[in-house]
Amino acid sequence: MAIRVQTAAFDPGAEVNVLHAANVGVGAVVSFVGYVRDFNEGREVAGMFLEHYPGMTEKALAKITVEAELRWPLLKLEVLHRIGALEPGEPIVFVGVASAHRQAAFDACAFVMDYLKTRAPFWKKETTSDGPRWVEGRDSDHAAAGRWDKN
Amino acid sequence: MSVQVLYFARFRETLGLDSEAVEGVYPTVRALREFLVLRGGVWQVLAERNLMCARNEELCQLDEPLAPGDEVAFFPPVTGG
Repeated sequence: MAIRVQTAAFDPGAEVNVLHAANVGVGAVVSFVGYVRDFNEGREVAGMFLEHYPGMTEKALAKITVEAELRWPLLKLEVLHRIGALEPGEPIVFVGVASAHRQAAFDACAFVMDYLKTRAPFWKKETTSDGPRWVEGRDSDHAAAGRWDKN
Repeated sequence: MSVQVLYFARFRETLGLDSEAVEGVYPTVRALREFLVLRGGVWQVLAERNLMCARNEELCQLDEPLAPGDEVAFFPPVTGG
C-alpha cells in the first residue's frame, strides 16, 4: 500500500499501470482521479492552493487505507494527493485499487475517496474572478461517507 | 503545563496565527476551545458549529480528554480530494 503527499504533478495513466504490473493475480483495477475545475459555485476559478496538516495527513490516509484493507480483499492500494499550488485541469488526487475481482476494487475505491473527503486534513483555497476564497465542506460528502458506516 | 494548539486554513487566516503553546489545565478539547473563544473578537471563529478538531494528529470529538503536552488542532471542515 502506498501513500504519497506531494507538490509535484503526476501522470494518472502511469499510476494505473503500476497497479497491475508484476502481479498477474490482479483481475481488476479501479481508479479515481480528481481534477481542478475552472468553474465552481458560480465563479471562474483561475487556480487553487491546497493546504494540509503535515504529519496528520499521512496518518489519516494510512488509517483509511488500513480500514479499506480490512473490509475488502485487496492486492494493491495507492493514494496520491497533491498539495500547494494547482491550476485548472491538473489532477489533485489519485486513488487506485487492484484486486482479483471487480466488486472489491469498485467498493474500496469509492470508500477511500468518501473517507478522504471527510477525514483527511486538506483544505482548498480557490483564486476566483472575485478574489480568493476557501472552499466550504459539503453535507453531501458526509452523506456519501455515512453509507459505509457499520451498524 | 501547556498544550500545543494548531490552527489551519480559514481559522489560521482569521486568527493570524498557525500555532501557539497554551498554558493551563484543560480536561477536554471542549474546555480548551471554550477558553480560546472567551478571548473574544476573532476568536469567535472557533465557536463555529461545524469546527473539526484533532488530538495528537488524530481526528477527535470535543469531549476528547486532554493531557499536558498534547497537540490539539482546530480547523474548518476538510475539503480535499
